[in-house]
Amino acid sequence: MSAVFVWIDQFKGKALNASWEALAVGRTVANAWGVPLTAVVFGQGIENVVTLSFHYGADKVVKCEDATLADYRLEPYAALLGKVVGDAKAVIGGGSTRGRELIAAVSADLNGALLSDVTELSADGGKLNATRPVFAGKVLSTVAPSGDGSVFITTRSRAFAPLTPDASRAGEVESVAPVLSEGQISTKIEGFEETKGTVNLSDAAIIISGGRGVGSPEGFAPVRELADVLGGAVGASRAAVDAGWIPYPHQVGQTGKVVSPNLYVAAGLSGSIQHQAGMRTSKVIVAINKDPDAPIFKLAQYGIVGDLFKELPAIAAVFREKLGK
Amino acid sequence: MNIVVFTKSTPDTAAKVEVDGGGKVTWGNAQLVLNPWDEYSVTESVLLKDAHKVNTTAFAIGDEIHNDALKQALAIGMDNAIRIWDAGMSGQDSLGFAKSAAAAVKKLGDVGLVIFGKEFVDVGTDAQVYQLARLLGCTAIGAVSKIVAVDFNAKTIKVERMVEEGKQTLTAPLPAVISVLKDINEPKSPSFIGIRKASKAVIPVWSSADLGLGEAASGAAAKVSTVAYRNLPVRAGQVEIIEGGSERERAEKLVNKLLEEKVI
Amino acid sequence: MDFLLTEEHLMAQKMVRDFAQKEVYPTIKEWDRKQQMNPDVLPRMGELGILGISIPTRYGGQGYDYVTLGLACEELERVDTTLRVVMSVHMGLNSLALLQWGTEAQKQKFLAPQARGEKYAGFGLTEPEVGSDVVNMRSTAKRHGDTYVLNGEKMWISLATKAHHFLVVAKTDPAAGHKGMTAFIVTNDMKGVTTGDLHGKLGVRAGSTGWIAMQDVEVPLENRLGEEGEGFYVAMSCLDNGRYTVAAGATGLIRACLEDSLKYSMSRKTFGKEIARHQLIQQKIGFMQQWYDAARLLYLKAGFMKNRGMRNTRETGMAKWYATDHSVQAALEAIQIHGAYGFSDEYDVERYLRNGKGAVIYEGTSEIHQLMQAEYALGFRQDRPLRCEMPAYDPSWQEG
Repeated sequence: MSAVFVWIDQFKGKALNASWEALAVGRTVANAWGVPLTAVVFGQGIENVVTLSFHYGADKVVKCEDATLADYRLEPYAALLGKVVGDAKAVIGGGSTRGRELIAAVSADLNGALLSDVTELSADGGKLNATRPVFAGKVLSTVAPSGDGSVFITTRSRAFAPLTPDASRAGEVESVAPVLSEGQISTKIEGFEETKGTVNLSDAAIIISGGRGVGSPEGFAPVRELADVLGGAVGASRAAVDAGWIPYPHQVGQTGKVVSPNLYVAAGLSGSIQHQAGMRTSKVIVAINKDPDAPIFKLAQYGIVGDLFKELPAIAAVFREKLGK
Repeated sequence: MNIVVFTKSTPDTAAKVEVDGGGKVTWGNAQLVLNPWDEYSVTESVLLKDAHKVNTTAFAIGDEIHNDALKQALAIGMDNAIRIWDAGMSGQDSLGFAKSAAAAVKKLGDVGLVIFGKEFVDVGTDAQVYQLARLLGCTAIGAVSKIVAVDFNAKTIKVERMVEEGKQTLTAPLPAVISVLKDINEPKSPSFIGIRKASKAVIPVWSSADLGLGEAASGAAAKVSTVAYRNLPVRAGQVEIIEGGSERERAEKLVNKLLEEKVI
Repeated sequence: MDFLLTEEHLMAQKMVRDFAQKEVYPTIKEWDRKQQMNPDVLPRMGELGILGISIPTRYGGQGYDYVTLGLACEELERVDTTLRVVMSVHMGLNSLALLQWGTEAQKQKFLAPQARGEKYAGFGLTEPEVGSDVVNMRSTAKRHGDTYVLNGEKMWISLATKAHHFLVVAKTDPAAGHKGMTAFIVTNDMKGVTTGDLHGKLGVRAGSTGWIAMQDVEVPLENRLGEEGEGFYVAMSCLDNGRYTVAAGATGLIRACLEDSLKYSMSRKTFGKEIARHQLIQQKIGFMQQWYDAARLLYLKAGFMKNRGMRNTRETGMAKWYATDHSVQAALEAIQIHGAYGFSDEYDVERYLRNGKGAVIYEGTSEIHQLMQAEYALGFRQDRPLRCEMPAYDPSWQEG
């Protein structure tokens, strides 16, 4: 019986957290089916990622270290992943930009069933049933593969918890050769500009967001201050982004990022239905708003009716004291 | 040379979408709009048409409600709109969508670029973007924030795309399938002249027979089936409003609660 | 009988709605507080074609019918009255008057750039001491050969400092009563024309209202709209169109009150239930819905008559009187439903009241309209044919 494969997304030798989340899902499926769990790692300088893949639950690792794979490109990655997984029963990827496109592409190459952006998965009795948010996260759907063919799964970022790493775990590492040579790859990477700061919202455990109430670009200062104290990311509502106070990569909501942190602080943000679509799966939501009737209070666990410019600095100060920062 | 956009009608972004007693997804009397991300793909196609003298076609796969999106695409300035549908396609999965889309692109012919919005918000996925590219055997580039250069004669494209770690610049040959983000342009409004044209347009429908698809893209052949829809779980409990005489007092109460619950 | 709007109507309505909601609404409170007009509004309305919506394409417009003009005004005032005021003066009181009374040369020279949104247009009838009793106006125009020399002051002029072209009425024969008035196209670059803004208004604070002073302004004969002595008729036909935009706009204001009240009453709770469950709130909402439906039928009927080229002075007047009166009523009720929040500018309803109050004063006070309707009913008032009738809507407006 063939294995369950999980593709490990890494950037410059560091795996994305989403990959460990996917590996945990893979473990559940592999256990239910009684088959081994194989992690697949492509790139250069990936030794550490290979080692960690075992720690996070893989039984076996298939790797390919090659210059053509140094930076992710869909063409060579899809060609190779398709060959590695062959007629695997399940192929899983984490909810990253690369994971979502690679798994979808290979599902088409191999004519398999694709369950994308999954937030819950059960493999009870060996049968897969997945939950996917639809209609901008306003409704959930339960989906299942119809036949016996290969199943491809991508997970929604932060929807699943990674396994606790076990440093004693190790296993067989199989090295494979790339399928495409550089001459056969038509996509070329011409440049890369790394994003600085605390923008990476989809992976953040803590997000402090500002809305129309911040009033200006400078108004984000107390939002940033609290994010800095807590090591969190800065989010924003569409209103704040459209007003030009903060760039688009910070936008949370239906036409921005969908996030699921442990703590989401919404400051001066009314909580439109579009915004809620992007953050309602956050574990704890704290709302700070002058208007006690703002819809965000309906979603929040804790609320403060007050002026964000007074409340946020006070909260930052208390955290600083308590956390000894 | 043709530029193609795949679009669809989705409930207004402010609509309250729910599952009714019969298990059906409903959005009350909220109006249907162009899938919000498609404002950018449609606009980009019109900008490219103006700059490169190419022909633009909007496709939608689905029943009559998707004529709204196609008409909106025409009103914004796209040249043609075609709907793809027959009853057998109902229940299609993303791969079925991609198979229908690939057949439509081939039937149209001479397609240089296929542009999608970031995702279709109703089905909540962008899988069809990459599945279509693979079926067509062409390049897929997702999350494009800028088309730096495109040459429809030399058949090359250079784009910037956003990944988790930052912004990548890529070159690839055409034809290509791309998905675009909000950064790419300022969405164009429909024009009155476009509205006139759109409101008079009769939108042709291509069936799976017209596309020579057989059963391949039918609902019956779908590899994934939707078992049920359900409403979001109600978030437990009511909001606890933190009271206090000063912001300091409120902040202390809040921080203690968050630390107690090990949220931090 | 056919109450259905066409697909073209609905798509145009949605386009105007999207503009107002997405581009104007997000910052409207700030501009209202600042008592300034958002400088992006007029250029954007021009760019989108809204400023030429119901002008034939051969005169630079979009060639849509009068019903579309009404629908656009409803959507604009749904967001803010100041947007509709632009349509009232630029389109209703000025551009449509040029279409009705202008020579071909005047249409090409003045109407076309207005319809294309390159020039903005205003209307100067009211004076500091003359409102409803236009016959007593003091502005004068003295003819010297092929030139008229205008003197006088016009007040409460929308877009006074923004418009390039004004339609101004002045006395050419002070002894001849309403037959001694003549209409002129005055441009803001003419020597002797000065303009200024008025502040401290109760409402339409995000708009532009001001005054025009004319001192020995030389206006060439070719700028005279209509014949000498026809100014009163020109002005009254302007009002048939201006009032139509006001009626449709006020209908949008009633809708704003209704929609905001629906939303608030379903979210705000008192005594353990949504306030919408209380019957006295439902009574207010029932009335607002009634007012909206009635106001909408009245303006659409007037628009239908305009499309057919039927004289509609009475019907348009009725639509204006009903819609504006009830928009003030609706705003008062909306504020009451919103309670203390309605009294604060955190919510929009207080602005609706301030904005609505102007329209029961301008373009015929409610009192004047009430008397007019009584006079029509009693047979004391009849409309006589004009030398130049408002053109019926014609599909050829879309050609050329």
